[in-house]
Amino acid sequence: MNPSSSFTRIVRRVLAHPSIVIGGGLVLAVAAVALLAGVVSPYDPLASNFRMKLQTPSAEHWFGTDHFGRDVLSRVIYGGRLSLQIGLMVVLITGLFGTLIGSVAGYFRRLDDPIMRLMDALMAFPAILLALTVSATLGASVQNVIIALSIATTPHTARIVRSSVLVVREMQYVEAARALGAGDWRILWFHVLANSLAPLIVRLTFVFASAILAEAVLSYIGVGPPPPTPSFGNIIANGRDFMVEAPWVTIFPGLAIVVCVLGLNLLGDGLRDLLDPRIKVGP
Amino acid sequence: MPQYLLRRFIAAIPVMFLVSLMSFAVIWLVPGDPASSFLDASATQEQIARIRQELGLNQPLWQQMLHWYGRVLTGDLGQSILLHRSVGEALLERLPVTLSLAALALVLAAVLGISAGIFAAMHRGGTADRAVMTASLLGLSVPDFWLGLVMIVVFAVGLGWLPSGGFVPITESVVGWMRTMTLPALTLALVQTGFIARMTRSAMLDVLDQDFIRTADAKGLKHGFVVLRHGLPNAMLPILTVLGIIAGSLLGGAVVVEQVFSLPGVGRLIIGAIMSRDFPVIQGGLLFLAAIYVVINLMVDLLYAVVDPRVRL
Repeated sequence: MNPSSSFTRIVRRVLAHPSIVIGGGLVLAVAAVALLAGVVSPYDPLASNFRMKLQTPSAEHWFGTDHFGRDVLSRVIYGGRLSLQIGLMVVLITGLFGTLIGSVAGYFRRLDDPIMRLMDALMAFPAILLALTVSATLGASVQNVIIALSIATTPHTARIVRSSVLVVREMQYVEAARALGAGDWRILWFHVLANSLAPLIVRLTFVFASAILAEAVLSYIGVGPPPPTPSFGNIIANGRDFMVEAPWVTIFPGLAIVVCVLGLNLLGDGLRDLLDPRIKVGP
Repeated sequence: MPQYLLRRFIAAIPVMFLVSLMSFAVIWLVPGDPASSFLDASATQEQIARIRQELGLNQPLWQQMLHWYGRVLTGDLGQSILLHRSVGEALLERLPVTLSLAALALVLAAVLGISAGIFAAMHRGGTADRAVMTASLLGLSVPDFWLGLVMIVVFAVGLGWLPSGGFVPITESVVGWMRTMTLPALTLALVQTGFIARMTRSAMLDVLDQDFIRTADAKGLKHGFVVLRHGLPNAMLPILTVLGIIAGSLLGGAVVVEQVFSLPGVGRLIIGAIMSRDFPVIQGGLLFLAAIYVVINLMVDLLYAVVDPRVRL
């Protein structure tokens, strides 16, 4: 079979899942706007103009302006960029540590119990409260938000990796590799992990979505990225005091969160169906 | 059955041990001196020394930990630096608000979610199924604190139907309690409803494919009856698991929703403590909520045994 026909086959399989197409499309669109923030945002997100404060949405200001006269659309675009950056970093860190912890626990049986009890203990704290505490205690900054969210999302990820490693390590090809003299780490990396990727990818899509939601909560409470840097959460927090006169300052960033998170959730659902219809890892 | 329960109970002990260690360790995360982070820059040396004394920071680490475990085991969570009262008392006083909010939301979410999930499973692949699934995915994608703000604008400020915040104890006035709890509970329930609906649907689909359902249908029973009497009980196990999982996110969500609706619950106490760096309240609060979570999951394990006799073996 020539490579181009197998490529079209893959594309056709992907396109057969409408949630991947719609979700992936939404995510790509949001990512494109975030990447091109400097080009597409009509105003400087930090430029205040008191004569233009709390303007209703209009042709000049599609999403209206806030109490400093800043353009809400521009702030939402830049806020989205920050939220996506934070989400992406959380996905990378959680992916790394979740894989490391989960695979060691699943593969080296003697370490399983102590490691998983530790993860159970971390999961006993409400994730959002754990993130709030860590972020506030370390001090509100983008970096600390990323650390806090990674700590909150890693245990569940490790548990998912562990359970697929537990299945894969009993497979005959792993036994074959061991019979051929492969060492533990080689087996773990090339045989076990390579075959446990599907649930991890699906889980990380949902981690991305929940990181965006959690970042917004942290910023809303006031322990997220410090103002005036816009993030989804602190735009909403800013708008809260003017919710009655100027609901648009609160409404639009919230809708932007819904679009991002919905896109990621759809993508995760679609990937789950595509990669393995049997696995179930909820958001 | 007692053996199974004993096993679950024993498994929870090391977890609780680690949970209390982690709650205590929060204070180690502080860059610099926890005592001076509680005070502002103008604090005198004596004030800092007094707070250090109160937090027990002058003792060696192992003594601090021993002291912490000793107190926790006797149910003493220490004294708040800010409120000048026992942390345990402050938490217990606010517990009814948080628990009733979470319980109300759980009931709402379970009733709505399970019925929507069953409905979707019965119409698999049809328009009704797709509508329920889309709605629940949308519900999962809405930030709860933002939904709360929107509800306040629409139902409290706009239509004036319900108060925008505050709390009336149920002992004072049942109607007042209902009025103050409706919007927060709805806000908290919506996200969880989506989650429960999706899980119920997939659990039901697994069951409805099985032979005994076809047999029941074939012998002429009404399909609705078959789904409820033969299908649902067999799908209860995964649904229960979900209820255990969301207990954690309900408690976390309650923390946030309390903040939005100014409800005087445990969450608001802890967030206030986080903001003012009142470490005994943060440590005690974290331990308290985590302990509730562990207990709820033990209760879910117990329910497994009630719902599915095979678990007892």
